[in-house]
Amino acid sequence: MMMQMEDKGCSLVARLTGEMDLQVADHLRSALDSAMGEKGTRYLVLDLSGVSFIDSSGLGVILGRYRRLAQSGGRVSLVGLSPPVKNVLELSGLLRIMREYSSAGEALAGLE
Amino acid sequence: MTDAGRGVVASPDTKAINRMTISLLSQPVNLGLARVAVAAFFSQLDIMVSELEEIKVAVSEAVSNAILHGYLREPDRWITVTAAIYPGWLEIVVEDRGEGFCEADPPPPGSDGHEDGFGMGFALMRSFMDEVVLVSAPGQGTRVVMRKKIRGASMATPENPVAGNC
Repeated sequence: MMMQMEDKGCSLVARLTGEMDLQVADHLRSALDSAMGEKGTRYLVLDLSGVSFIDSSGLGVILGRYRRLAQSGGRVSLVGLSPPVKNVLELSGLLRIMREYSSAGEALAGLE
Repeated sequence: MTDAGRGVVASPDTKAINRMTISLLSQPVNLGLARVAVAAFFSQLDIMVSELEEIKVAVSEAVSNAILHGYLREPDRWITVTAAIYPGWLEIVVEDRGEGFCEADPPPPGSDGHEDGFGMGFALMRSFMDEVVLVSAPGQGTRVVMRKKIRGASMATPENPVAGNC
């Protein structure tokens, strides 16, 4: 799994590429937590346009980050959901608590 | 054996049309192989790509559970994944010889062993497959049988080509 991060002040845009399963979950979790901690991130924008697969391990990483941010009034936004990824996110109810945008730019604009 | 829910009728005598088995060590890096192998096997059927994607999630959940709960992340234990095609349904069996659990007292959702442990694995398996049967006992390993009905079990042949699923 590749991750590319862009710091936008209180927002962090993380672009992920690959499959979000048990193999990458631990690394992804700690990479996101340390970046978010370092930068005092309030809003996390997850760009999943390069993500071809997600299961409950990947969902757990997203939900765990959401929980942490929500504690201090922060949010997680999702961008670039392919049909199979969106299918899983919808079924798990994550799309009821996190908004989907068609681009990172729109997600950042939506946070203002 | 009938499931009163979505009704996959499976008699022990029903013969598989086709079947494959793979054995993998309990390492998360092997999840991709398990998913792709099962999807590739079932792509011989007249099945939608979206259904193959759902099957991949179900396989990933079952194998992840074997790694996390069956073997508590030990990397050198065996997990077997079997896929079979029957008249009218497909079947996936994931088996480990690890911890097992008491069937009458399954681990509650949220006790996934993930740090974020939200227990959605079984919910996804049950959403994407028509029937999920767990056979387990403490110390006796775990067997997960998942079945999904397929329309007419028609298969792509040279005389009856099916639009590519690959």
